[in-house]
Amino acid sequence: MNAPTHPPSVPLAIDDLTVAYHRKPVLWDVDLDIPEGKLVGIVGPNGAGKSTLIKACLELIPKASGHVTIYGQPYRKQRSLVGYVPQRESVDWDFPVSALDVVAMGTYRKLGWLRPVAKEQKELACHALDRLGVAHLANRQISQLSGGQQQRVFLARALVQDAQLYFMDEPFAAVDAATERAIVTLLHELKDQGKTCLVVHHDLATVAQYFDWVVLLNMRVVKAGPTEEIFTKENLKDTYGGRLALLEEAGQRLRYAGIPGSYPGNPGRSQ
Amino acid sequence: MIMQRCLPMSVFLLIACFATVAFASPFHNHDQPVSANRELEALSNRGIDWPGASQIMRVATLQNYNTRLVVLSTTILGTASGLIGTFLLLRKRSLMGDALSHACLPGIGLMFMMMGALGGDGKYLPGLLLGATLTGVGGVVLVLLIRNTTRVKDDAAMGLVLSVMFGIGVAVLGMVQAMPGASAAGLEYFIYGKTASMVMQDFTLISAVAAAVTVMSMLLFKEFTLVCFDEGYASTQGWPVNWLDIAMLSLVTSVTVVGLQAVGLILIIAFLITPAAAARFWTENLKRMLLLSGMIGAISGWLGSSISALLPRLPAGAVIVVVAATIFLMSMIFGSSRGVLLRMLARRRLNRKVGRQHLLRAVYELIESRKHPEMSDVANVAISMDELLLRRSWTRSELEKLIRIATHEDHIEYYNGKLIRLSEPGFGEAARITRNHRLWEMYLIKHADVAAAHVDRDADAVEHVLGAEMVRKLEEELVKRGQALLVPPSPHTIITGA
Amino acid sequence: MVWLPLDTWIVVIGALCAMACALPGCFLVLRKMSMMGDAISHAVLPGLAIAFLVTGSRASFGMFIGAAIVGVITAVFTQWISSFGKVDRGASMGIVFTTLFALGLLLIVQAADHVDLDPGCVLYGAIELTPLDTTMTIGRLAIPRAAVVLATVLLINMAIIISFFKELQISAFDPALATTMGINATLMHYLLMSMVAVTTVASFEAVGSIIVIAMLIAPAATAYLLTDRLSVMLVISAVAAILSSALGHLSALTVPRLFGFESTNTSGMMAGATGLLFGFAWILAPRYGLLSRWFHRKNLLAEDPTVTGE
Repeated sequence: MNAPTHPPSVPLAIDDLTVAYHRKPVLWDVDLDIPEGKLVGIVGPNGAGKSTLIKACLELIPKASGHVTIYGQPYRKQRSLVGYVPQRESVDWDFPVSALDVVAMGTYRKLGWLRPVAKEQKELACHALDRLGVAHLANRQISQLSGGQQQRVFLARALVQDAQLYFMDEPFAAVDAATERAIVTLLHELKDQGKTCLVVHHDLATVAQYFDWVVLLNMRVVKAGPTEEIFTKENLKDTYGGRLALLEEAGQRLRYAGIPGSYPGNPGRSQ
Repeated sequence: MIMQRCLPMSVFLLIACFATVAFASPFHNHDQPVSANRELEALSNRGIDWPGASQIMRVATLQNYNTRLVVLSTTILGTASGLIGTFLLLRKRSLMGDALSHACLPGIGLMFMMMGALGGDGKYLPGLLLGATLTGVGGVVLVLLIRNTTRVKDDAAMGLVLSVMFGIGVAVLGMVQAMPGASAAGLEYFIYGKTASMVMQDFTLISAVAAAVTVMSMLLFKEFTLVCFDEGYASTQGWPVNWLDIAMLSLVTSVTVVGLQAVGLILIIAFLITPAAAARFWTENLKRMLLLSGMIGAISGWLGSSISALLPRLPAGAVIVVVAATIFLMSMIFGSSRGVLLRMLARRRLNRKVGRQHLLRAVYELIESRKHPEMSDVANVAISMDELLLRRSWTRSELEKLIRIATHEDHIEYYNGKLIRLSEPGFGEAARITRNHRLWEMYLIKHADVAAAHVDRDADAVEHVLGAEMVRKLEEELVKRGQALLVPPSPHTIITGA
Repeated sequence: MVWLPLDTWIVVIGALCAMACALPGCFLVLRKMSMMGDAISHAVLPGLAIAFLVTGSRASFGMFIGAAIVGVITAVFTQWISSFGKVDRGASMGIVFTTLFALGLLLIVQAADHVDLDPGCVLYGAIELTPLDTTMTIGRLAIPRAAVVLATVLLINMAIIISFFKELQISAFDPALATTMGINATLMHYLLMSMVAVTTVASFEAVGSIIVIAMLIAPAATAYLLTDRLSVMLVISAVAAILSSALGHLSALTVPRLFGFESTNTSGMMAGATGLLFGFAWILAPRYGLLSRWFHRKNLLAEDPTVTGE
């Protein structure tokens, strides 16, 4: 099979990607072209292969078939253009390093072999932490950070890389409201700089609000395109199947419980 | 910073040690017996032969050539294995040293056989060590292969490889030992170690390997750290994770191989694991941990071999392991960063704080419920113990304990077993706690999707972890949004600070 | 090659030992605790040494008790260090067993004057000598002591596994679930650990304390590649155990001759044979073997994904 060619203006092009774990295929025949400068949400039910898609693009797991092209070239030649924010649970947060050390890891690639981290890299790391509003935690050991703060540290590490295309695996999972706002602000800043972000997302309620492009995934790409066109009830039903009805109901209830402005000041009311 | 200072220091240490032995007694013969009369004494005396003060001085000042060789070798070996063991621990591969050291055995036997068959000296040390390295690395590769290509997990793969390869090693040694003519005596040193009879060649080898390990782990500090912390991220950044792993395991292999004959096959495992695990209790900083782990390794090696030099009936390898384990135990209990004692005290303090806050809030809420509708202020009145008991799920004895502590802290002014009254500062504190609690409760309801029915409990848990500063921020936030405070505390009760 | 009645006994003793180990070994492999077998078999050394010091003999019931206690102590200490000290499980295991082994070595050295105990014998055993030590005779057949001891341990292990099959199965699969169902998973854990310790002690004389790990893990891992059912796995591992004993002794008699050597250590060869059997399963297993996987992967790619994907 010949590798298909894509113009260097396309940040990410996926052709015929199939991934299998053991004997079970997890992603079938994914074809996807992501336009530049978009905030892209990857949405789908549990086990739909959202994280797998990202990991296969980054060659963290083997592809059974298919090609991934980044700005017109295979990934291996374009590593410096790609930033990655893994899932928070993927590392051991008891590791004896500080927040600053973790962020400085984003500079290692540019630093190259054998050269130690110097003042310059530390300043870059500090700056990135500052952009996420956690500069004051720079010297804290990472296990002493809250979940949201840990997530911000991971984002700062990706930021330090100064990439063009970012892959983020569930950055909004189990973070506090302040962190969620900080991440959204950061995403918009990145977009304004013409960068492209692919974000695995699990909260349907905020998809339309956060992303201007969306990929609906369930082992295959159900639909992909601008959010206002694609993020419709029919398409979601195709993606989630029968489970959507339940989700909707739960979402409604949550919204009733948490609508701002209708709160009379009695904590016991909304039961 | 520490690392940069550590490099010249360790190199200096190595050179200094080397120089001491090499130059101070250049004319000594390696094969000089430890001490002929002491051996005779040991034969006639069956108990432990306690050394006198002069002997201790002799060993401590390294006056005997042989003692010096042994003590310095084990000290240097301890430093090197402490350093590389730290990365091994952080990579969660501590037991890899176990698999590796057992897998070295067939290499030694096979190499002996081959060198003998080719007409050379079967016990030529570099050859034996090469064989050990080859099968050791082979064993590691086999473990990784089994893990990656079958459904057998990490642990079973390691156990399988280590025991099967050890078995093959024993079989091969069995063959060569039954070989007519060629004496294979001495090969079993690799299993138990032969610390007491080390020679200059061993020392040189250990120093060279230790120097290489120190330099390598300093040069690759950044890369090793990254791979240990976040393998996936490292590989997206283009770092060759597999090669870095192999580099790390090669360093482990080289330490293991030279350590095999010094302290023995099973005890070198302890050298790789114990100092690193002990160092972890004292610091959250990786560079400091490396330094500390190297130091603990060195101290165990030095102390262990010195004790063994004083009491020749005790094999050095075993004593070293026991010393290292003692240091580990002490570190685990008293460690200044993750020590058990420290964490226990912290938890106790937290429990006390939570208990005090529960008590004061319960009292305050009771007082508040007594408030006259006409009066705007909540006045500090005495309340009854029975009512208080009903407020929470505490038993009388638990409550009495809390009251005793609160009385001690001057929060309670009066308590006679039935009635209880807060003191003025206690009343202020109680109001502050209640206010914080309600602020938080409201914040949770407003801003996070927490089911309202659960708020009270969550708030209880979270509030005690928050400091005063955070509470003030929450308050400001709520005021800024025009959300009036639910319970404005009476003015005289506001106390600044936590 | 001459086959003597002695050789039959060696194979029988080897097979009894390997089977006795393989049964608890299956649970170790399933519970991802294989290295615990490694740890315990190293750590029983001080237990043995103390038993030697106290009783002055190698064949005492007290030895089993001592070993079982040390086995449980190893498990308990490992648990403590990893939970109180927040140390990685593997590392805490390594610390515990190396320390206990070192203590055992110190004790043995101290005891060497009083008791005939060679650390080498503890480490890799002397199965060739076991048939000479006979205690019991049935008719005209003299039965070696080791065979009696190992058969007893095997029977005990079988009895425990048969009577606690469900409990062990559930505790291996999901300890939390077991606890909610009223099964004491902790008790099952320590029961398993004592089984491993006692089996190790019974076997060390025949095969030594390190090769016993091969007997614990290799047949179980082999069986794990061949089946998905626990009961079948137990049976297959027992068969693999018997095969490896016979194969091991045969090769111990033949292989050294090929290279011009006189003889070799039989138990080492048996360990090698367990590894060989695992190697076969690794490559040839019907479902999980390398070959079958390779074929399947090829088939998967050959299929048209768009057709099968729907």
